[in-house]
Amino acid sequence: MLTIEALTTDYGPIRAVDGVSFEVPEGSVTAVLGANGAGKTSLLRTITGLVRPSSGTVKLAGEDVTRLPVEEIVRRGMAHVPEGRGVIAELTVAENLRLGGLWRGREAAPLSEIYELFPRLEERASQPASRLSGGERQMLSIGRALVGRPRALLLDEPSLGLAPVLVAQIMVMVRRLADTLGLAVLLVEQNARSALSIANRGVVLNLGRVVAEQDPDKLIADDRLLHAYLGF
Amino acid sequence: MTKFIDLTLNGISTGAIYAAVALALVLIWRSTRIVNFAQGSMLMFTTFIASAVISSGGSYVLGFVVALASGFVLGAVVERVIVRPVEGAPPINPVILTLGLYTLIVAIAGMIWGNTPRSFPAAFSLRGYKVGGTTLLFTPNDTFIVLVVIAVAVALAFLFRATSVGLRMRGAAFAPEVARLLGVRVGRMLTLGWALAATVGSLAGVLVAPSVFLGPNSFDPILIIGFVAAVLGGLDSPPGAVVGGIVLGLALSYVSGYEGASLVPLAALAILVIVLMIRPTGLFSATKERRV
Amino acid sequence: MSGKALGVVRGSTLLRSLAIVVVAGVVLILVTDSVSSYRNLQIAYGAYYFCVLAGLTVLAGASGQVSLGQGAFMAVGAYTFSKLNATPVAWSVLPSLIGAVVATVLIGIPVGVAASRLRGPYLAGATLAFAVGLPALADKFQTFLGGENGLVVNPPTPPSWLGANFSLERWEAWIACAGALVVVFVLYNLIHSAVGRSWRAVRDDEIAAALAGLRVGRRQALAFTISAGCAGLGGGLLAAVTQLASPGAFPLQLSLTLLAGVVIGGLGSLVGALWGAALLVLLPNWTNDLANSFSLSQNVSHNLPIAIYGLVLIGAMLVWPSGIQGGLRAIAHGVGPAIRSRRGPPASSTPATGAPEPAKDEGVKASQP
Repeated sequence: MLTIEALTTDYGPIRAVDGVSFEVPEGSVTAVLGANGAGKTSLLRTITGLVRPSSGTVKLAGEDVTRLPVEEIVRRGMAHVPEGRGVIAELTVAENLRLGGLWRGREAAPLSEIYELFPRLEERASQPASRLSGGERQMLSIGRALVGRPRALLLDEPSLGLAPVLVAQIMVMVRRLADTLGLAVLLVEQNARSALSIANRGVVLNLGRVVAEQDPDKLIADDRLLHAYLGF
Repeated sequence: MTKFIDLTLNGISTGAIYAAVALALVLIWRSTRIVNFAQGSMLMFTTFIASAVISSGGSYVLGFVVALASGFVLGAVVERVIVRPVEGAPPINPVILTLGLYTLIVAIAGMIWGNTPRSFPAAFSLRGYKVGGTTLLFTPNDTFIVLVVIAVAVALAFLFRATSVGLRMRGAAFAPEVARLLGVRVGRMLTLGWALAATVGSLAGVLVAPSVFLGPNSFDPILIIGFVAAVLGGLDSPPGAVVGGIVLGLALSYVSGYEGASLVPLAALAILVIVLMIRPTGLFSATKERRV
Repeated sequence: MSGKALGVVRGSTLLRSLAIVVVAGVVLILVTDSVSSYRNLQIAYGAYYFCVLAGLTVLAGASGQVSLGQGAFMAVGAYTFSKLNATPVAWSVLPSLIGAVVATVLIGIPVGVAASRLRGPYLAGATLAFAVGLPALADKFQTFLGGENGLVVNPPTPPSWLGANFSLERWEAWIACAGALVVVFVLYNLIHSAVGRSWRAVRDDEIAAALAGLRVGRRQALAFTISAGCAGLGGGLLAAVTQLASPGAFPLQLSLTLLAGVVIGGLGSLVGALWGAALLVLLPNWTNDLANSFSLSQNVSHNLPIAIYGLVLIGAMLVWPSGIQGGLRAIAHGVGPAIRSRRGPPASSTPATGAPEPAKDEGVKASQP
């Protein structure tokens, strides 16, 4: 579904992403791991189109979307849940959700579907998003991405700032979404263990380069790798 | 006592005009974080276009509609072509840019239509209502002005709160990057914001033209007072713009009536300074610092 | 650095500025000798424009603030000069000019204090309101300030020791240029002093400057007041040269024209102020000639300079945010004009004028690698 080929991104003299290639099939979760500064977020921002790559391609369902503007990439079915959730504080929960699906028009998911997944959001539907807790914001952010019925879902460090219990819940939810909706999920995480627990595939980045691409069990078992790149 | 009533009524009708100008400024501020110092000249220009239409035989209604339509187009073109490049720039750049645009538009208007002010027709009668023997300083035309501005404010509120377009515009205004990630064509929303704002501005121009006579520089004080009204209400707040406009209209009407019209710009300045010193975000703004 | 060396360095700015002033003075004396009365008048106009522009460019370029109220300060200077120069006070030119500067500085202090707490569009709007509001006072105090017609000034007569044939225009040029040279001297020394350095520190990063212990508000109020004084001097000279102080000479457009003058010359550059002043004086003539040769209407020729000022302001912001001087500097350093990139990491420091405003609507700023 989502194919990254030799993607390279430069910020001036700094090469943040260096020839990264991998695939994210439908109905699967690919975890992108690495320490702070490894290039994970830059990679995600390049894939979504917020940043222009210097070279390489991004293909969504076979279509080359590399040079398209952000909103056009999103409209082709790639949803991005940004780091820090990106909840629009001045809008209500319901308005945030609706906004996510406006581009889809009639085919957008009705909010009732989202509320089924995240009942807490329905309770707070008409409250401004600024009143939500961290965990609720994460739910809102994911729910908002789903309203547009995407084919690919990119998550940027969803566990950041959340208690372990919530992190586990969210990971379970993400896995379920991949399985039931057939989403191609790209999960960028610093919390390697929780990410690997739901992933089909793990990709480890260091200094913008892929240093390992493995089945999660093998990654977890490889102590040397974990120490060197993932900090534990 | 009659004088006080007259001044109050006059304040309400001029306040409605200031509210409209303030609304235009607030709309642009909310969508692009820019104060459009060219607003006064843009609305002057579209009023001139309306005047040209009416002088060559068109009806008032036609001129009115043309003014609004040309305002819409002008706003869209200005945003897309001239302002878009400075939308990410340090704040001083759009200030100088819009001031330059103001200057350019005034000059072009002068080149096309000359610098001598001319008259502009009013929509309705300019003779004050007669109440029990005295003639008030409030005319049917003033009623029209107040009603139209209220209608516009309500229509805009509806647009923003209850429509998809309005939701997109708000999203694009509050969080452009996030909005793009949600598939919102933010660029188009910004252009639309400017187009709408310029239309509201054109409305103000047509409404106020009968009383200030139409010339390239006739609308300068209105821009400044509109700015003060917007700041008073809070640059972020459309309802604040309306309230700020009316309050300022009243205050300046009293100043003009009791102290003389020449003190009005200074009074506006004094109010501006007081607001900026005491409550810079304005009376109605709910802006909190947005934390990253 | 040893104390002696410091003394030399400090001294050298003073010496340098004196040298500049003396050389320029001699050149001006020679030039005014050899050109026509009309040209001398133009030199006088250019000189008083220079006073205002120099103050404004130092304010804008050196300390990062924009003021659209210089026209109002000019009006204060002009009217004060007229009042002092005419009966019953009847001071001669020099004391009247000094009085004009003093009056403008006195008004400039509270304005400067207020302005130092404003930023970006708020500062622009407030100074705009000031520019429109102050000249309107002439209508309020009709008898004292002469209303629409303004106050007439007696022409400054050249002193007898210059000879009977010394033209009025040449004397006016000398007076105005003397004022301009004083401005050069003062501003040059200020820019190269500790005060100037603190201004630039504030301009480049207000927060850092405050953290380093600079009293940001005071510095900016000082810059503002000094620019007001320069504008007041310019206004006083205007009154002396044109023999009139009227509200019509200080419309809103004047303040914007002055802004165009400093923008085209490069914000912060005294040499740029010179170019700007030359442009302001010569452009109306050029456009007039252009209009005549193309038989364009009066409306067009009258408004053409203003249109050009507008284009200058717009163009400068689109192409060269720091004016020609800045553009030249940029080329010299091999740096492209459009350094702001809307892709990649957000710019790490924006110029001080932006400082305390509500954070930009950028939603979430993802952390950089």
